Amino acid sequence: MTLAVRVIPCLDVANGRVVKGVNFLGLRDAGDPVEAAARYDAAGADELVFLDITASHEDRSTLLDIVSETAAHCFMPLTVGGGVRTHADVRALLQAGADKVSVNSAAVARPELVGELARTFGEQCITVAIDAKAVAPERWEIFTHGGRRETGIDAIAFARQMAELGAGEILLTSMDRDGTRSGYDLPLLRAVSSAVPVPVVASGGVGGLDDLVAGVTQGGASAVLAASLFHFGEASIADAKHALMAAHVAVRPPETVA
Amino acid sequence: MAVALIDYGAGNLRSAANALQAAGAERVDVSNDPAVVRAADRIVLPGVGAFGACVSALRAIDGLEEALNEAVHQRAVPFLGICVGMQLMSDEGHEFGVHRGLGWVQGSVRRMEPGGELKIPQIGWNEVEPRAGSLIEPGYAYFVHSYALQAADPADIAGTASYGAPIVAAVQRANMLGCQFHPEKSQGYGLRLLRRWLAWKP
Repeated sequence: MTLAVRVIPCLDVANGRVVKGVNFLGLRDAGDPVEAAARYDAAGADELVFLDITASHEDRSTLLDIVSETAAHCFMPLTVGGGVRTHADVRALLQAGADKVSVNSAAVARPELVGELARTFGEQCITVAIDAKAVAPERWEIFTHGGRRETGIDAIAFARQMAELGAGEILLTSMDRDGTRSGYDLPLLRAVSSAVPVPVVASGGVGGLDDLVAGVTQGGASAVLAASLFHFGEASIADAKHALMAAHVAVRPPETVA
Repeated sequence: MAVALIDYGAGNLRSAANALQAAGAERVDVSNDPAVVRAADRIVLPGVGAFGACVSALRAIDGLEEALNEAVHQRAVPFLGICVGMQLMSDEGHEFGVHRGLGWVQGSVRRMEPGGELKIPQIGWNEVEPRAGSLIEPGYAYFVHSYALQAADPADIAGTASYGAPIVAAVQRANMLGCQFHPEKSQGYGLRLLRRWLAWKP
């Protein structure tokens, strides 16, 4: 008995729908988010991540509705992000039923924000989402605004800084891999997970179950996140757990979920 | 039957209220009013964030600690502390200084030092091993914490989990239950525990 590696379906939300793109572009509809959440809850997902990828003002109230509707029926951990900038944003999401709030562009713009949020709400509810792109061998930089804006900031140094300021977790997305189904960027994942004392969630690029396994055994991730793999029915949560179990990774066995 | 869910500005109350209702609670009063606590049939103390901030927030509400003490100790109302709400049941918490707890369960709350590759906070599902005869059942529960209760009396420990070393997952003493994990976020495992707690006649 020990802590289980989490299997996390990610619901990218735009205009009230789950969508999925390639390298953050070219979105494909993947259904109603509340229905999708209920399915993943029943299937024994360990946590759900909702990311509002438009992060527009109009979509904010839609996102809050989705979170509160989900939290009314799904008694599982919910992490929500996209356009979170202020204490009021965090409070509104937590009150809607989020357990953790993910901060992305705003943490890059003003890193101290993460410390302030952690002091107010507790480190355990502040996840920092890092979108990183390889710029040279063993060198990754942060991109913000859905990957459109480069910052020149070193991803590993930034992850370390975020953990020191009070981030309880890092959600690490490889922009080179996102939506490409070619597997996580394992060197990036390994570099970040060994640099920070907090859990790292692997994201971006899962094409098959082996990629989830590699994220843990080679990348050192505490949790594995995927979208397309689950949304389009290619693999179930149970398939993911069984693949991890076969590789001797500790998971919450699907048989125990009911 | 009225469950008072204590709102002292520390926690995701919506989820706890939803889960209590899903587990069969007829009425959940989300409140910080000592009068509501005095009238409650059952009391749930949630908690998220740092020990000191939580206990200060609780004590900032005039008469709340006294009302809790009266309900829990004199009327023996069934009590449930969740996460930091469970930690507050202890004598003291060592998080950003030393802070006095409610003193209902002997012991202190200290930062976990799991060692090795294990991360802090512990975030995720861990397997709970219950003490026979407690309200706790074996199974996986959802934990999010960096600090853990070190109970002075082993008889108070109702369940343990392993994170580098054994950690206290739950305490149970007289009419009080405390869970380090989040039953309101532990799917079927958590709802079943809430059902047992709601039916509990200590």
